[in-house]
Order: sequence, then structure tokens, then C-alpha cells
Amino acid sequence: MNPATILAGIMLGALVIYSLLAGADYGAGFWDLTCSGPRREKQRHLIAHAIEPVWETNHVWLILVVVLMFAGFSPAFSTICIGLAVPVFLILLGIVLRGSSYVFRTYFAGSIQTQLYWGKIFSISSSMTPLFLGIVIGAISSDTVVVKDGISENGFLRTWLHPFPLVVGVLSLSLFAYLSACYLTVETDDPTLQDDFRGRALFSGFVSLLAAFATYVVAGSSAREIRDGLSNTLYVLLIESCAAIAAFVAFQALWSRHYLRARIAAAAQVGLIILGWGAAQYPYLVRPGSNIFNSSAPSSVLVAIEIACAFGGAILFPSLFLLYRVFKAHRKSVVAETTSV
Amino acid sequence: MDNFLAARSQMGMSLAFHIVFAVIGVALPLMMTIAEWRWRSTGDPAYLLLAKRWAKGTTILFAVGAISGTVLSFELGLLWPRFMQYAGAVIGMPFSLEGFAFFTEAIFLGIYLYGWNRVPGWFHLFSGIIVSLSGLLSAIFVTLVNGWMNTPTGFDIVDGKFQNIHPFAAMLNPAGIPEAVHMVLAAYTAAGFATAGIHSWLLLRRGRNRFDEVAIGIALTVGGAAVLVQGISGDALARMVAQNQPMKLASLEGQFKTEVGAPLRIGGLPFPDEQVTKYAIEIPHGLSLLAFHSPNALIKGLDQESSKDWPNVRMVHICFQIMVGCGSLLSLFALVAAWLSWKRGPLSKQRLFLKAAVLVGPLGFVALEAGWMVTELGRQPWIVYHLMRTRDAVTSMPNITITFLVMTFVYLILGVIVVWLLSKHVIAPAERKQLDGPGVLV
Repeated sequence: MNPATILAGIMLGALVIYSLLAGADYGAGFWDLTCSGPRREKQRHLIAHAIEPVWETNHVWLILVVVLMFAGFSPAFSTICIGLAVPVFLILLGIVLRGSSYVFRTYFAGSIQTQLYWGKIFSISSSMTPLFLGIVIGAISSDTVVVKDGISENGFLRTWLHPFPLVVGVLSLSLFAYLSACYLTVETDDPTLQDDFRGRALFSGFVSLLAAFATYVVAGSSAREIRDGLSNTLYVLLIESCAAIAAFVAFQALWSRHYLRARIAAAAQVGLIILGWGAAQYPYLVRPGSNIFNSSAPSSVLVAIEIACAFGGAILFPSLFLLYRVFKAHRKSVVAETTSV
Repeated sequence: MDNFLAARSQMGMSLAFHIVFAVIGVALPLMMTIAEWRWRSTGDPAYLLLAKRWAKGTTILFAVGAISGTVLSFELGLLWPRFMQYAGAVIGMPFSLEGFAFFTEAIFLGIYLYGWNRVPGWFHLFSGIIVSLSGLLSAIFVTLVNGWMNTPTGFDIVDGKFQNIHPFAAMLNPAGIPEAVHMVLAAYTAAGFATAGIHSWLLLRRGRNRFDEVAIGIALTVGGAAVLVQGISGDALARMVAQNQPMKLASLEGQFKTEVGAPLRIGGLPFPDEQVTKYAIEIPHGLSLLAFHSPNALIKGLDQESSKDWPNVRMVHICFQIMVGCGSLLSLFALVAAWLSWKRGPLSKQRLFLKAAVLVGPLGFVALEAGWMVTELGRQPWIVYHLMRTRDAVTSMPNITITFLVMTFVYLILGVIVVWLLSKHVIAPAERKQLDGPGVLV
């Protein structure tokens, strides 16, 4: 394997982790918008509680993807930043508004009215980031983003404002929402709350299936190459089949209320979908012009960055494990305290 | 607004906010760890309360810093895509390392916050140290990038492109380490004096209490120690600038003419059209002495370069004077504080001193922003010194004014939120029960 492929692999891995962790946080924000009925406050509380200790850490994975991209594939990064400036800016705006409204809402102890107001901003901005992230992914998979000498040939709207990216945007929002609803069923012991989020998980899972189907159909007219990549390559087909099996397991588990199994299967499903996209997109970063070979930094730079990643990972993963241990001990003791009372 | 100006304004505005958030986020963990260490060695509950309050402040600033840092990493591409296209490979290394430092900080901050009763005491303290160190490293890595923009090294230019790139040579460029040291000390200075100022004000209002007193003690120690070392660091940085960026030094000092034994100007107003700096107090041979440690050293003036390649000399000179002025005042204040506490006992009993501490409280941040303006404006019109003009790096995207206005609005809100949260959760008065008995939870 050459250094460019390895770095692209690391980036794809980070994107998968980002989707599984932070994607679910965004999805939870989306559900905040739909909290309703007699258990509305309980639902909100569950969402806030689930995101609280981890969202900044989860968010760093995206920064890692961005940084590795401009370090390793700077021409492609530049192309995205010019041709897709509008959706990228909206991703950013979503990140900023979501983060600040969340911080504010968490520590704000004032009137309910103000809290609700900030909650609205929180959930709307939480939906913005996955939507536009999907749009960017869709746009770089079709052939519309062409930047020559710093000038975007399709302007700043036509690069992404066409059916394929928009459908991928809806797909990513529904997948993140689905993932999050599956996670949330495990975060509570209250069966009524579990049922609330089970219903949401089934609904959003169904929507994501429809969106996935729509993506495939729309791809036929505007993103034929990625469709060919998805349907003609053997290992991509293999990944897709695994995703389909995971989806089936997840739905079955949700239906029969085996929430832990549903959570694991849903995570596997979403992770495999992103992996499958990455494999079908290979070796392109931005279709049709930039691939990981014509826009990569010299291999000495790539190798240096990969070594840095290896060292970083050697510190990161044990630390994450430690954090997980501390939290697990914490959760256990909380459970022990509540049961002993 | 002209697109280029809008892009520069947006970047400048984002950095001006981020630098404040980041600086508090770097300095608070250190003060928090010191407070915990004092609690573990003395058992004084005021220290414990302080450690927990500052931990909360660190959490808030970490979250906000994460947000504004993300904005910057996106804006580098959104506003300056050509800069990133050519320079991304060269400066990617410190950014990648910064990513991992940030991860480490996030993880150990989590352990610190939720681990008070879950991990052994020594390990908790150790987590605090890791949070402080990784915050420090983040600041260093990011400043190394700015250093590279001032003194680019670690590559050859072949056919107008960066070739033969050595990422670590680029990272350890001549300006990098001196700038990073200066930045980190500035962070401790600014946050230390501001915290001491706020608690002095509260102490004057609330009357004597242990919480504010110990807070002042730690904050003033951190800020005072940092500002005294800052003098040495500033000297090293200035000599580096004299060596590597003589034109930048000339605009800092308002030195228009190339001169042997150049004077040091204190104050004064540069007139670029007339090529003269008026109304300054001039110390003969001072600049030559400071820049090259030799009274008759040759100082290159701005006349060495065409005036269209000058930065905004007036702004740069004024900002530099403000920075040096504030820094000197704070150094003096730190020395007086040390002398007073040695001669007259606890500073918290001396009302006049407390009033003075309130007055000098903001100066660290004033110096910080002014210093940042010096290094950024002083580098203009270059984004990569003498290699790429800022104007050539800007995006072709129109209507940057809109994103500038949106982001300014968002940052203003973010700023208000931070101030409000800090006043609510970090500096709010201690309740009586929180200071009775050890092991209290906030």
C-alpha cells in the first residue's frame, strides 16, 4: 500500500468514528426538536444527559479529518473550500450554533422560556450539520465540483444544489437520527422512554432506507460513476451486503426490543455504509478532478504525518480506554446507588 | 465591503475572539491544578472549591475554544484556499499534532471532571497536569504555524511550488519557538492578572473571604511569574525578528531610515508619507543595543523596501507600543506586589493594592491582543513572508461580507455567553457550607 492510500484510509476511519460518535450527538439534537407528549421533559433530559460528557471529544474527529485533508491532500481541500464554500460554511455554522447553544442551555438555570428558545436553536443547528455534511459528500461524489485556478466552474450553488447531493443530505440526516434513536434506547431504563425512541428509531430507519433507495435512483442520472463503483466492484458489494444484514438485524432487534443488539447493529450498519461509500469513491477525493494521487503531498510528508498519527494514536487509544473505564465505573456506581436506596 | 477586506476582517475577528478563549483555556487548567495541589497538601477547603470552580471554567472554555478553533480550521480553507493549497502540506504537521494534543486534553479533562471520587488522588492531580500540558502543547503547535508564516523554512521552491518538504524543519522554523514561548507566557500573564483583578474587585465588594484570597494568591503568582519571564522572551523574539524580518522590526519601531546606532523610540507616531516617526522619546543607540546587543549595530529601515510592500506602519508601531507598555507596567506591578507581600504581609489585607490590582487586571489581555495585531499586521502584505501575498491567497467566492457579518454576530453572542457563564459558575461567591469541612462537592 502506498502512503496516499494509507492516509486516505486513516481519514475514512476517522470519518466513520466521527459519524458513529458525533453523528449520534447531532441526531440526538435533531430529536430534541420532536420531543412531544407527556414525557417531553423526560425525553429532553435523556438527550441532554446522553450528550453531556462526550460531545467535544467526539467532535475532534472531524477536526482530525479536516486537518489530515489539508495536510495530505491540500489541492483537494482547496477545491472543496472553493466549490462547496456555501455548504461547508453552513456545516460550520451548524457546529458553532449547536455547540454554543448546547453550552448555554446546559449551564443556564433561568426561565423555562429562555431554555426552550435556546433548545430550538440547538436542535435546528444540530440538524444543519449532518444535512450539509451529506450534501458535501454527495457533491464530491458527483461530477459537478470543478475548480480551475481558484475559480469554480459551476459557480457556488450549482456545485451542490442538484438532486443527488440533496438526497445524500437527507440520507445522512436520517441515518444520524436513526443511529441516535437506537443509542438512546439503551441510555435509559424507563420502558416508556425506550418505547418513545424505539418508535423514532424505526421511523427514521425506514426513512433512511427510502433515502438510500432514492440515492441509488438519482445517482443513475447525475452520479453514474459512483453508482457503478457501488454496484460493480466485488468488495464494495461485500461491504454493502454486510450493511444490509446489519440493517436487518437492527430492525429485528428494535422490533423485539433487544436494544443493546439494535444499538450495535445500527452502528455497524452506518459504519459499513460509510466504508462502502469510501470504497466506491476510491481513489477520488473530489470527482471528477482530484484523486488521492494527483492531489497528495509528497510521500515524505505523508509518511511523516502517518508516523505522527501512529504516535498520536498510541497516546489516544489507551487514554480513551481509560476514560471509558472511569465512566463505566461511574455509571455502575450510580446504578448501585439508585438500586440500594 | 471589498471581498479581500471582508475576508481579512473575518479572519482577524475570529482570531481576536479565539485568542481570548484559548488563552483562558490554556491558563485555567494550570491554576486549577495548582489549586488542587494546594488543597491536597494543606487540606484547606477553599482550595478545593477553587479547583472545582476553575475546572468548571476550563470545561466551558474548552467547549467554546473547541468551537472557535473549528471555525478557524475551516476558515483557513474557506477564506484562503490558495494558501492552503500550496502551504497545507508544509504546515500540516503541527496542525495534526495539535489535533492529538486536543484529544488528550479532552479525555483527561473528562477524567478530571468526573473522576473526583472515582480515581486515586494522585491520579486525579496527574490528570490535571496532563490537561495543563496538552493545552500548552496545543498553543505551541498552533503558534509554530504562525511562526512559519513569518519565517518560512523546510522546503525548496521549484516551478512556483513547495518541493522537497521537510515537515519538522518547517515546524521548527526560526520564529516558531520564540513566538510560541512568548504566546504561552502571554496566556499565563493575561489570564493570571485578569483573574487576580476580578477577585480583587470581588474581595473589595464582598469583604474578606478565604475563597477570593486564595484565588488572588494563585492567579497573581502565575501571572506575575509569567510576566517577569516575558521580558526575556520578548527580547529573544525581537532579536529573532531583527535577524529574519528586518522590515517587520523597522515597522514595529517606526524606523524609516537605515541607520547605524539606531535609537529606541518610546511612543511616537509614524508618518509613512513623510517617512518619519514624530513625537517619540528617543533613547540613543537603544534599538541597536536591544536588537543586536551592540550599540552601533546597523538597523535596516523601511527605506530598504518599496513602500507598497510596507505593512500599515502606523498601526503596527502603535500596537507594539501598547503591548510593550502594558507588559512593562505589569512587570513593575509584579515586582511591587512581591516586595509588598514580603514587607507588609498578606496582600489581600491591603486595600490600596487590591484597587491597583483591579486597575491593571485587563492590561494582560490588552497586551495580548495588541501583540497579536503586531505579529499579524507586521507580516502584511504577505501571508507567507516574502513568498505569497495575502491578496493572492484569498478565495474567489463573492459576498464574504455576509459570512463576515454572520460570524461576527455569532461570536458576539458566544462572547456574551462566556462572560455570563464564567460570572455565574466560576467567580460567584462561595456559599458558607462549601467552605466547611473537606470533600465538599460543588
